[in-house]
Amino acid sequence: MYSTALQHIKPGDWLTLLCGGIFVAMLTLSLWSGDRADKAVIRSGGKIFSVVPLSRDQQIEVRGPLGVSIISIRQREARIASDPSPRQYCVRQGWLKQAGEIALCLPNQVSVELTGSKKRYDSLNY
Amino acid sequence: MTASTTEKQGQGTRCKVQGVSAGPELSCALHLEPCSSILLNTTAEDHHIARMAAVALGLTVLESAIPSPLPGVKPGLANIVTLIVLARYGWRAAAWVSLLRVMAGSLLFGNFLTPGFFLSLSGAALSLAVLALVRHLPGRWFGPVSHSIYAAFAHITGQLLVVYLWLIPHAGIAYLIPIFATAALVFGTVNGLIAARFMDNKSLLIHENHERHEKFTA
Repeated sequence: MYSTALQHIKPGDWLTLLCGGIFVAMLTLSLWSGDRADKAVIRSGGKIFSVVPLSRDQQIEVRGPLGVSIISIRQREARIASDPSPRQYCVRQGWLKQAGEIALCLPNQVSVELTGSKKRYDSLNY
Repeated sequence: MTASTTEKQGQGTRCKVQGVSAGPELSCALHLEPCSSILLNTTAEDHHIARMAAVALGLTVLESAIPSPLPGVKPGLANIVTLIVLARYGWRAAAWVSLLRVMAGSLLFGNFLTPGFFLSLSGAALSLAVLALVRHLPGRWFGPVSHSIYAAFAHITGQLLVVYLWLIPHAGIAYLIPIFATAALVFGTVNGLIAARFMDNKSLLIHENHERHEKFTA
């Protein structure tokens, strides 16, 4: 069964298959591997509160209109550990790993965004 | 494809209205009115294209019953027919079969002129364009499997272009490209193999028939 299926593949077809496989692998690697994040940009009330490197584990407290949000950084990942917002969306978002990922606590006007070496677009407008 | 309109007004083609009990004047008027018939002069090639398009359509319907994890990831079984027609009857016939399948399929599923229709149309158009090029690759080295893979990549490229330029102008669809490309490679290979195998069997069958025929005539 397999041998009869294989005899329909000519040498050039193998070449096409190989090229296609390499093409798909390169597409996957380039499109799915996000940049490693270097820094976390913490904003409060729309202004940059601080930019901290991810290399050092730490906890940062940011004061907003509702109370204090706590941002923790550990092993090159960042998350919002606690926040006074009612629905806790940003806390439940969990650890941010890749550049471009962002957690927003709108009620408390606090956000954490990870940035890499190059800035990626998070939206495009026409 | 030639179409001509002929109006036959001979004796035999007059309308016969049966079972109508009307006054003499009316029945007379009905009898005297000549029938005009529109006759499409079709060639054997037209019939063949229509038959192949119908097979492709059947495969499309069959395929729509297969659940898909992501809209757009489909085996594209109808393209097997396109590949066979391309190899046996040339690019023009393949284009007819493919576009007829898209049109009739959209009418059948009720999505004519909807985004789904334009997605299939753009995919079919771009893969036909690519097939027009790759069919000139040396046949000794490249078979239906190559044609199928190139056409599958062209198909998904055409669809993603329409999605990006018209439906979802957002860079986020880039994350889906690897999934679509993988599906194109896998299904392209499988469809190409099926087409190659089918053509092999068919040529074998024709060969056998030919031999049998020769035996009988000898």
